[in-house]
Amino acid sequence: MSRLRQTIGDSVFKHVTRGAAVGVLLLLVAILVELTASAWPAISHFKLGFLLSGNWNPVTSEYGALSSVFGTLVSTVIAILIAVPLSLVIALFLVELVPRAVSRPIGYAIELLAAVPSIVYGMWGLFVFAPFMADHVQPLLKDTLGFLPLFDGPPMGIGMLTAGIVLALMILPFITAVMRDVFTMVPPVVKEACYGMGSTTWEVTRKVTVRYGFSGVVGAVFLGLGRAVGETMAVTFVIGNNHDISSSLFAAGNSIASTLANEFAEASEPLYLSALVELGLVLLLMTVVIQVISEVWVTRVARTSGRQR
Amino acid sequence: MTPRPATFRKAADAAIKGVSAIAAGLGIFFLCWILLEVGRRGIAAINWDFFTALPAPPGVAGGGMGNAILGTLMITGLATLIGVPFGILAGVYLAELGRGSRLARVIRFTTNVLMGIPSIIMGLFVYSLLVLPTGHFSGTAGAVALAFIILPVVARTADDMLGLVPNALRESALALGAPRWKATLGVVVRTARTGMTTGVLLAVARVSGETAPLLFTALNIPYWPGSMNEPTANLTVTIFNYAMSPYPEWQTAAWGASLLIMAAVLLATIIARAATRDRIK
Repeated sequence: MSRLRQTIGDSVFKHVTRGAAVGVLLLLVAILVELTASAWPAISHFKLGFLLSGNWNPVTSEYGALSSVFGTLVSTVIAILIAVPLSLVIALFLVELVPRAVSRPIGYAIELLAAVPSIVYGMWGLFVFAPFMADHVQPLLKDTLGFLPLFDGPPMGIGMLTAGIVLALMILPFITAVMRDVFTMVPPVVKEACYGMGSTTWEVTRKVTVRYGFSGVVGAVFLGLGRAVGETMAVTFVIGNNHDISSSLFAAGNSIASTLANEFAEASEPLYLSALVELGLVLLLMTVVIQVISEVWVTRVARTSGRQR
Repeated sequence: MTPRPATFRKAADAAIKGVSAIAAGLGIFFLCWILLEVGRRGIAAINWDFFTALPAPPGVAGGGMGNAILGTLMITGLATLIGVPFGILAGVYLAELGRGSRLARVIRFTTNVLMGIPSIIMGLFVYSLLVLPTGHFSGTAGAVALAFIILPVVARTADDMLGLVPNALRESALALGAPRWKATLGVVVRTARTGMTTGVLLAVARVSGETAPLLFTALNIPYWPGSMNEPTANLTVTIFNYAMSPYPEWQTAAWGASLLIMAAVLLATIIARAATRDRIK
């Protein structure tokens, strides 16, 4: 009797937990199916032209994703270019240069950057950082590097460059955390061997630590990439929201996420709404591809180094 | 290695060390800059009315965000009720009952992919799933969007934390004749309780500051939240609307709300971190 109750209890338990786990799988499938279905009118109407056209005009019902995709890529690239080297040297500082008593509070403060809500970055970015960029940083860049088309145009504060810098700040703590793991994971023997040959700290870092933990560094870049691509509110506040593609980083632009945040609630036309959902679908596919590549990379590396879970 | 003069190598080393110290300082500087600016500008908006009153129309002094504060609590609360148990059950399957199975591996992969999906996409999905068919925005839809964001995070944390529980504990519980469910819930989950609570707290803190998933689900209204089946006021979308408005009073109020939400999220994060650190060390 109690034996039977046990088996029933266990069987119910197993099915309930498995149901929840399968629910997670179904959620991902449902997201893909639902968004594709909602975007279908736009997909069948514009076909491939949606991805190739930079023309976004709700009045004439013409929708092209190019300017939003361009803005997403440019702001993400700026963020990665700033955040990855910065994280590398911060991790170097925290792990190799200062004692634990100093590195703990500093590391903790940097981690706290990740806990600040996106919308707060947006407020600070729009009202504090963008004016600072317009008054100090952008004129400086214009005076020194103004011959490049990248730094052309009026210093308005808001725009691609500011969005990229705010994004860099937001992904910095995540990348730094992974870089710190990379630094601490390298066996001391390997580093000491290099020091023993008379190398400096920077040489050990460059030639041993980063090479040994290269897979971790790549993982960190992917982590930052995934976060930066879909970041919405902070970017919406500072990117300027303009559907033009410009070669200047000072110019206002938009990203997929900022276009959605700005226009979705106002879209009343079915085709407009559908085009916006298709834009979201493009973003979803971008993040899924990034995630899958990084997952496969991490498991492959874990397998070759014998740390499979 | 090609031989290079030692002075050059030492100079490069010193330069990098200097740069790394500056980089760490820069990180701290930006954190302080954000905290101080939000604190300074936000504190000006905070008074008793801020917590209890309804928003004032533009141009009228006074007013508060009582409705948005209540709405955020309601939406986050409902999201926690939906997302956390669901996530813990899924995590229990991944770490305990499905351990090592192909299904568990596929689902673990899925949770990682889900965790990387931008929150605005969750908003878009729930809009398409709940708002479009019912024909109206609702607080419930907002809560569901947040729950979908919490779900993979909690599942993954539960999976990781349960994985740390030593096998001897499972085996001793089973050897005493406990059924599998009792051994799992009463012994294994109980052992991993602190770590899981921290994970849950961090996930809930993070979504309480989310804006993007609420933009097209909960929307925002300037009234007290009535039923969760209507558009529901919330702090983050209010900040977005107010910040983009041309009225200085509204912008000040947006700073007040930013301070409130930032302080709440940071505090929850710090408490959660402090709790686990004491346990582990």
